[in-house]
Amino acid sequence: MTAPDNVRVVFTTRSSRIGMALCVAGLVALAAAPVWGGRDDLALLSEMYAYVALASLWNLLAGYAGLVSVGQQAYVGLGAYVLFALAILAGISPLWAIPMAGIAAAAIAVPVAGLVFRLRGHYFAIGTWIVAEVFRLTASQISALGGGSGTSLPAAVIVALAPSRQLRDFVEYWIALALVIATLAFIVLLLRSRYGLALKAIRDSELAATCNGIDATRTKVLVYIATAFGTGMVGALIFLQKLRISPDAAFSVNDWTAFVIFITVIGGIGRIEGPIVGTVVFFLLRQTLADLGTLYLMMLGLVAILVMLAAPKGLWGLVVARFGFSVFPLERRVVFDEAPAAPESR
Amino acid sequence: MEWINVILQGVLVGGLYAMFAAGLSLIFGVMRLVNIAHGDLIVLAAYIALVTTQTLGIGPLTSLLIVVPVMALTGYALQWFVLNRTLGDDLLPPLLVTFGLSVIIQNGLLTIFTADSVKLQAGAIEVATVNLGSGVYVGLLPLLQFAVAVAVIGGLQFIFYRTALGRAFRATADDPAVAQLMGLDNRRVFALAMALSLAVVAIAGVFLAVRANFDPSQGPARLIFGFEAVIIGGLGSLWGTLAGGLILGVAQAIGAHLNPGWQILAGHIAFLVVLAVRPQGLFPKVRT
Repeated sequence: MTAPDNVRVVFTTRSSRIGMALCVAGLVALAAAPVWGGRDDLALLSEMYAYVALASLWNLLAGYAGLVSVGQQAYVGLGAYVLFALAILAGISPLWAIPMAGIAAAAIAVPVAGLVFRLRGHYFAIGTWIVAEVFRLTASQISALGGGSGTSLPAAVIVALAPSRQLRDFVEYWIALALVIATLAFIVLLLRSRYGLALKAIRDSELAATCNGIDATRTKVLVYIATAFGTGMVGALIFLQKLRISPDAAFSVNDWTAFVIFITVIGGIGRIEGPIVGTVVFFLLRQTLADLGTLYLMMLGLVAILVMLAAPKGLWGLVVARFGFSVFPLERRVVFDEAPAAPESR
Repeated sequence: MEWINVILQGVLVGGLYAMFAAGLSLIFGVMRLVNIAHGDLIVLAAYIALVTTQTLGIGPLTSLLIVVPVMALTGYALQWFVLNRTLGDDLLPPLLVTFGLSVIIQNGLLTIFTADSVKLQAGAIEVATVNLGSGVYVGLLPLLQFAVAVAVIGGLQFIFYRTALGRAFRATADDPAVAQLMGLDNRRVFALAMALSLAVVAIAGVFLAVRANFDPSQGPARLIFGFEAVIIGGLGSLWGTLAGGLILGVAQAIGAHLNPGWQILAGHIAFLVVLAVRPQGLFPKVRT
């Protein structure tokens, strides 16, 4: 089937052109952060990048593919443990270990998907959590990596990363930035591809999508595996910066799933901008209220509940509803050109 | 003889898991809601029992008279004011809201009671044993706990299939729109289902508190045990849920006997094996 000549599908809008220009300017400023920021700023920004990446990946999974997983900590922890294992037991540089952690996570995700995809909806959610628990309990049985109490990355591994401490901070910062940019770029490109169209179709009506020849399960499994790949790399990076790993920290459901879900929902689920907005809100709350300890976590839970009940599309959803503003050129618009071409005689 | 003992202990603990599972399965059956805070509510019930026994100076079993109504009222209010607003086609809102509740309950308990683990004292009954002959002894308390679990499952079965309330539950579960046309107020039916679920949670919480030490962080693990029991037993079957709890308990007991570090892992593996070999569960009622 060929489309008529006078019809085009476009992605960009005026707001997305302005948005992308601002994004590029912002990225240049962030890439230069080692020049204008101190050590604490770099650490804070790196942590924010990790959460943006994790939340964007969860958003892809839940917001676009409809796979609400509460077990993504499985791949954060797995990636982290692979990095530690490769660095400590095989002497591989952490720089190489990060992509290898992603590959390992994706490879494990294949059989895991075979199991958890037997469960649907809510049961899928808790099924993924149990898988993460299995990973955590298995990790605490590995005595070469410290068992239940965990282990630290040897100083030699860190020193090999870059000659000076300052340069190491820079390298780790840039890796974090590169990883979050790569994650966002991957998601944008995926959603603009025909897989993205398939995902949106499945999200809107799985039955209708299947009737139009989309293999819904296959598409979802592919997204699940791709998400595991990204999540594994982010996990490896997070624990490279922490320098210390333990099963409870690496496979923490609160740190790597509850907060990530809260961030995505507060920012706006099903939109690329959502996780970014949510991460900024999350860190603003944390920097101002962290002294309150457990009370802060209770407030975070409360804010997430209130946003879900009052504004289910999140803060960015409110912005879009009010101004129709979209930073990333994702929505397909059909444009009819001014002068329609004369009908062809075939 | 050693193995008979291990399996017997597993069966008795399994009754507790079946109680965790029954409340979970009840609300999922009626309103398709998976309550992520289920485990934290069990721990909350345990703490309420702790406060009740300490302030009133009564025994844990007597405290059920207070804990069960308190939890049932909590459930009714929770459903009426919060969870009813999350129900719909989208599965994320109930999941996220109960996740938020879970974080709030956990950290609230942590603020009030600290992370120190505590235990309910039940007095002489804790150490009383029954001789089953040929060297097998069973604690009176685990036996009582098991009997209560069977009674709870039987009671739920009775409510579901022999009473007007149960008929309302089943009708709403089958088709909420038609149930409403027949004069049922779905919001009230859901609130009653949550009240019943948390009444079961209260019983489970008190027995959990008597059986072992507990602390605010234990909720999620109880949720997972309950969930595993539901899936192993098969969706929609209460007696299947009891069987699922027993199988989980026995798997954990065998794992723990082989290596203390394997207890929980063995339960998870039993669950994954059932999922791989028989995803509909062992005794499914609904065929989908």
